[in-house]
Amino acid sequence: MTVKAMNSKEVTAKVFNKETMFILDVRNETDFQDWKIEGENFQYFNIPYFELLDGVEEIMDKIPADMDVLVVCAKEGSSVMVAEMLSEEGRDVAYLEGGMKTWSEHLEPVKVGDLKDGGELYQFVRIGKGCLSYMVVSNGEAAIIDSTRMTDIYLDFAKNMNVNITHVFDTHLHADHISGGRVIAEQTGATYWLPPKDATEVVFEYQPLEGGNDVKIGETNINIHSLYSPGHTIGSTSFVIDEKFLLSGDILFIDSIGRPDLAGLAEDWVGDLRETLYKRYRELSDELVVLPAHFMIIDELNEDGSVSEKLSTLFAKNHGLNIEDENEFRSLVTENLPPQPNAYQEIRETNMGKITPDAEQQREMEIGPNRCAVR
Amino acid sequence: MESTKVLDAKGLACPMPIVKTKKAMNELEAGQVLEIHATDKGAKNDLQAWAKSGGHELVKHEDEGDVLKFWIKKG
Repeated sequence: MTVKAMNSKEVTAKVFNKETMFILDVRNETDFQDWKIEGENFQYFNIPYFELLDGVEEIMDKIPADMDVLVVCAKEGSSVMVAEMLSEEGRDVAYLEGGMKTWSEHLEPVKVGDLKDGGELYQFVRIGKGCLSYMVVSNGEAAIIDSTRMTDIYLDFAKNMNVNITHVFDTHLHADHISGGRVIAEQTGATYWLPPKDATEVVFEYQPLEGGNDVKIGETNINIHSLYSPGHTIGSTSFVIDEKFLLSGDILFIDSIGRPDLAGLAEDWVGDLRETLYKRYRELSDELVVLPAHFMIIDELNEDGSVSEKLSTLFAKNHGLNIEDENEFRSLVTENLPPQPNAYQEIRETNMGKITPDAEQQREMEIGPNRCAVR
Repeated sequence: MESTKVLDAKGLACPMPIVKTKKAMNELEAGQVLEIHATDKGAKNDLQAWAKSGGHELVKHEDEGDVLKFWIKKG
């Protein structure tokens, strides 16, 4: 039997298409419980590779013969070993190319809408970690919002579209992933915008992004209008693009809302978060399509793999937008919070430019899910 | 710490540090200590979990620059 390599793009297609697959995850138990490949119709079995060094006979009855089987480990090596052992037992299996390390870095671009005068809006779904970033393309120019550190993906995408990146934005100072904004701006000459209230400690030059800034992309009227919306961080800023899309950053998600504690100031910011969600957002057109900076669970993906929902639908269905009682809201967002993202302090310092970890360290820092939301 | 044997697993990627550790451990008597030097960061969690599941004891762990050092007592 043959051992095949399956890459992250192929696995992403299976997630988007809700295909079935059996995942044999050979990382240790704690890593598996913390974070795994999520798919609506995936089945799982976790046994660490080091329990299988003497052979896989013991687990053969756990592995279905009538399903695609994918062996997954942290970096690939162990999954190849286990896949080969299964192959010797007569099974046709695949291993995940690059392991969870590569899975965490995979970005899948999905077009989420057409803009006036021929522009387009793309969402980059970081499927393994739940981060969403965006590219606005119009008349030969492009803007990027909440870029990940995998900057080549955006640069290549822009090159293939034959557009120049002229503006790069971060909706806030991220705590769950390392921003690629500054690197892209340096490489393209684009303007890098950051909310000044989040940027008090940054050690590089940036363009202060404040409520009411309007930026045009291309020669046409693709308008990126910024809206000060504090709560997740004190500087958090949302964008209304082309009067149609609301990029809500880490303030409002599809099935959850932002957590206010990642800069250590939950009590101080809970009022701002409430004000943003229950007042500022309510003054907007509820026809706007919300495009957040994260998804938390795989159920939030639409049919085409994108993550978006009408603001009116969220007002009706999102639990975090429907808590009448202020004290109840306060306790939801300040008590019993999920664990904080891995290395979130170091990630914040990296995004401020205070520390400069190498590529391998950056990868390690970002391991795991994003955990920016509360439900 | 006294070790009976030292295993150099530096530069080896997963799963090799554990494969070699297991092999070296087979040659020791219960109560003897194997010292392992590795550079693969994943070795830390994995060796710990492996030792536990095999009934061995991770008695000491140290980081020396890029080198991770472990002392495991055979159970």
